[in-house]
Amino acid sequence: MVPLNWYIGLSAVIFVIGMVGFIVRKNILIMLMSIELMLNSVNISLVAFSHYLQDLRGQVFVFFIITVAAAEAAIGLAILVALFKNKAAVHTDEIMEMKG
Amino acid sequence: MDKYLLIPLLPLIAFTINIVFGKGIIKEKAHWVSILAVLGSFVISASTFTEVLNGKIINYDVYNWIVSGNFRVTIGFLIDQLTAIMLIVVTSVSLLVHIYSVGYMHGDKGYYRFFAYLSLFTFSMLMLVMGNNLLQLYFGWEAVGLCSYFLIGFWYEKKSAADAGKKAFIVNRFGDFGFGLGVIMIFLMLGTVHYSDIFSKVGTLTGQTINILGYNVDLITLIALLLFCGAVGKSAQIPLHVWLPDAMEGPTPVSALIHAATMVTAGVFMVARFNPLFSLSEVAMNVVALTGAITSLFAATIALVQNDIKRIVAYSTVSQLGYMFLACGVGAYGAGIFHLYTHAYFKALLFLGAGSVMHAMAGELDVQKMGGLKKHMPITYITFLIASLSIAGIPGLAGFFSKDEILWLAYNHGMVGKIVWAMGTVVAALTAFYSFRIIFLAFHGKFRGTHEQEHHLHESPKVMTIPLIILAIGAISAGWFGIPAALGGSNAIAHFFEPVLGHPHVTAGHEEEFMVMGISIAAAIGGIFISWIFYSLKPEMPKNLAKKFKRIYITLWNKYYVDELYDFIIVRPMKWLANSILVAVTDGKIIEGIVNGVPQAIRNFSERLRKLQTGQLQHYGLGMALGLFVILALVLIAAGR
Amino acid sequence: MNIPFPDLRPVTPEIIMTLSATALLILELIFKNKGVLAFIGILAAAAVMYIMPASMGETFGGMFISDSYSIFFKFIFIINLILTILISLRYIQRQKAEYGEYYSLLLFATAGMMLMASAKDLIILYLGLELMALSTYILAGIKRHDVKSNEAAIKYFLLGGFSSALLLYGISLLYGMTTTTDIYKIAEHLKATGVTTTLLLSMILIAVAFLFKIAAAPFHMWAPDVYEGAPTSITAFMSVGPKAAGFAVIGRVFYTAFQNIQTDWTTILIGIAILTMAVGNILAIVQTNIKRMLAYSSIAHAGYILLGIIAGTTEGLNAMMTYLFIYAFMNIGAFAIVIILDRGEELSDYEGLAKNRPLVAALMLVFMFSLTGIPPTAGFIAKFNLFTAVIKAGYTWLVIIAVMFSAISAYYYLRVVMNMYMKEMKQEAAIHLSPSLSLAILITVLMVLIIGIMPSMVIG
Repeated sequence: MVPLNWYIGLSAVIFVIGMVGFIVRKNILIMLMSIELMLNSVNISLVAFSHYLQDLRGQVFVFFIITVAAAEAAIGLAILVALFKNKAAVHTDEIMEMKG
Repeated sequence: MDKYLLIPLLPLIAFTINIVFGKGIIKEKAHWVSILAVLGSFVISASTFTEVLNGKIINYDVYNWIVSGNFRVTIGFLIDQLTAIMLIVVTSVSLLVHIYSVGYMHGDKGYYRFFAYLSLFTFSMLMLVMGNNLLQLYFGWEAVGLCSYFLIGFWYEKKSAADAGKKAFIVNRFGDFGFGLGVIMIFLMLGTVHYSDIFSKVGTLTGQTINILGYNVDLITLIALLLFCGAVGKSAQIPLHVWLPDAMEGPTPVSALIHAATMVTAGVFMVARFNPLFSLSEVAMNVVALTGAITSLFAATIALVQNDIKRIVAYSTVSQLGYMFLACGVGAYGAGIFHLYTHAYFKALLFLGAGSVMHAMAGELDVQKMGGLKKHMPITYITFLIASLSIAGIPGLAGFFSKDEILWLAYNHGMVGKIVWAMGTVVAALTAFYSFRIIFLAFHGKFRGTHEQEHHLHESPKVMTIPLIILAIGAISAGWFGIPAALGGSNAIAHFFEPVLGHPHVTAGHEEEFMVMGISIAAAIGGIFISWIFYSLKPEMPKNLAKKFKRIYITLWNKYYVDELYDFIIVRPMKWLANSILVAVTDGKIIEGIVNGVPQAIRNFSERLRKLQTGQLQHYGLGMALGLFVILALVLIAAGR
Repeated sequence: MNIPFPDLRPVTPEIIMTLSATALLILELIFKNKGVLAFIGILAAAAVMYIMPASMGETFGGMFISDSYSIFFKFIFIINLILTILISLRYIQRQKAEYGEYYSLLLFATAGMMLMASAKDLIILYLGLELMALSTYILAGIKRHDVKSNEAAIKYFLLGGFSSALLLYGISLLYGMTTTTDIYKIAEHLKATGVTTTLLLSMILIAVAFLFKIAAAPFHMWAPDVYEGAPTSITAFMSVGPKAAGFAVIGRVFYTAFQNIQTDWTTILIGIAILTMAVGNILAIVQTNIKRMLAYSSIAHAGYILLGIIAGTTEGLNAMMTYLFIYAFMNIGAFAIVIILDRGEELSDYEGLAKNRPLVAALMLVFMFSLTGIPPTAGFIAKFNLFTAVIKAGYTWLVIIAVMFSAISAYYYLRVVMNMYMKEMKQEAAIHLSPSLSLAILITVLMVLIIGIMPSMVIG
């Protein structure tokens, strides 16, 4: 059986990849995906904990997270579409009208 | 709601109504709101006064604003004999001034604003005198000051008016700084701001000292002097008297109410209120007495030669305020407040009379250009004459009794008392002289103004003369409550004040009292007589004298050069310092550093800091991540893991 | 297996709120006049307010709790909702953003906040937080055709998603350590196990996510941009509601779940609070856009309010709640004035306003005085109350810093006043008056003054 630490390690690595991706990538779609990556790393660790602790709560939580993430993606894309209609921009460099 | 609360509340309501609806709806009717409110306050004050007369003392907290441990900020009223008389003075003079202003301010474009401010002032003044704690006194103190600046600068388009308002503000800062420190000291030392607690605990401070820069200073003396600083500013005593004559730039009713009868007497009221504290320090008492006496003499001499009718009366006010402090300083608080009360009527009358003259003369203030007004404005003349007789101290009139009481009690107060008595007597003669100088110059003789002015001369409308007549009645009769025993009276007012203000014990007999009285009467009549010779009998004499004693005349004419002195020792060095550093050292960097360096530094820092907020999403994300890692690192290091 | 039907009484306010929000979505198809929707929204809020006090209790197997703490916060949310609807009514018409879902989303967001305040379980907390956040993302971008509004929405959305991910990671670690997501059980468990690195990590991750919601530095950077870009009514809504909800969960989670590491999070929060006060106040000085200035001011206020949490006493917590309550009125009041003016977003628009619109200027003056904390306004009471509580908890030096920053804040608040009263008018200021907006301003100004004059009403 795969030990718990491996799952936790995997989750941590994916989380960090997501985080770094969010910070370094300037394409909003990729940033959105990075967030999804981070959320899914959380899902991995929750399911792993749930399994090893023999407690269903973690898995229930995962379902909620997946649902919310779906809603989040829908909203994010909708906002992006609205932005794209007005400005034809998907790069964060191009949406810097407000600053200071 | 209890009725005492209504006394200050009515003017406040009037203020609110006028300021909100004045411009659009009420306009020319603004005076009705204010007058009715003040009338209400006056009626309640009068009924309160009778209650106090029957021995009732009111002391209660109306409202606890903030209660936090032993720090209690409350609004409370203490209505004892002292407050009761102040209530009568404030509401009655305020009422008459309100009525008078209907005529005086008629047609002014800021009509509603004027009445709104007058009401606000009345509210603040009432809060000041009615408060049962120091914070409320302080609040009222600053609020009346604020109203006074508004009203001095009421015609703000006029540069001199705006400057005068500014000057009053700045000069008062000096005094109020000391006053504020005094209030803080009292709270720190006694842990309370309520009068009743302060006065019951103040005895515990006797003998305590505080070390300031290596000197041991008596605590009570220090607190008393700090509080007195405030009084010096507010009541225009030397060396902070310079603002009051300039304050005459405001409308005349304002001068009568604020700069004669009420606000400027707040300093006297405060000293009298804190008599349990002041009485514990001989040094402080002597400082008060001497400051008062010197100011009194100093201002009276300046008034001798001025030509601006309002300025003469203003210097006379400074001088009379000095008289009141003189009284407080010799422990005759009751006599001081008695004088405050009589002074309110005859001085308000003098100002309103001067206003009436100005009204007829189309704003002319120079007494040298008047003359012979007697026949054109008989009511103004007669009332002005009554006020002058009263302030000169002619027996039977209000001013005589209060002034005589002060001089008599000063005379019986040891060495310092004798000195200030002598000064006070001289002042009495000077007062009589300059008061009648106005009478002879403005009302007698021939008219010296332009032809046009003469054509326009007229008695003021009834709405202005009726207040004059009522005030004249006050100027005659206000003193009759204080007829001394020597003259077969009962000195009712001294007994009235005794529970709060005490009454100095006098052992000397009636013969001596008659002697003192005689001297002051002689001084008054002498003053009037000389004035008559100078300005009626031999009009060329003053000019000859002025030529002969040119130095003295010019010094007096220039008010002892105090304004110039301040300009020389304070204003100019500051400017010089500013300029020289500006030129010599660093293109103004140091000045900027002093004046707006700190704000500028913050601004510069801010400008730099805002560059971090780039508008770039990545940077925001990076900021969050960095924040996270820094916190994590710090916590882990701190936890030693 | 017999599953008992959960007791719905404690959760009725949330149910009503959610049902009304859903109903609004449907009714939108029927009513042309969107004002009706607003009216229904207010009715729903009023109904919730009415039944809330009777909703005490726990339900859903202890995942949801309705206690006096949560009810107080819900009052703030409801007040926030009602005032926002009142100021929105005409404004969103003017801004051509009058979509039916506007009101529905406001209700959903409020329902989310209510869930957050009542969450006794981290799952509920997360769901409430997301319900609130997702609704506000859309609301920030509701002016679909406005680039600034789009930009605000996308920035808020991405950073919000990022912070949610951090929160979830923290929660998952906590779950792994304690086998539970129940806040009280976590506390019990942690008392037994003691402090570990993982625990600290998870606490910090959760703290960061919450601090993001209240816009504390250095997690504040979204706030100025989003506040500026979003429609002003939504800015008002966001500057009070989500912030209060953030404080509600900080109070709940940190005071219960992380009780055993109180010294650790207190130290962190002290640093954050000082930084937040500094950043908020200093950056507000150079702003020229009043919405942006108020954004920084709201960051600064978050810094003050954090002191209440730091105090670590019931008194501190109460003072924090009072502060938020008062803050709701004065802040929404200020935004309402921004809305009433036809052109009111730039500081220069306020020049000479007192001569032109004396009443509007006087109202703004009251709100600015209150935000500065000048007596006798409610803002002074809020600060006085908070600072006294913090001093009593032994953090006098922190209060001295706060007072210093508070003095700096006078500079930019009073600059608005100075512009209104001392500067010459450039052009006539047009105003858009509507009954609902007047009502909102009346409520806020009265509350600011009444609380200022009669503080005993809210203190104690």
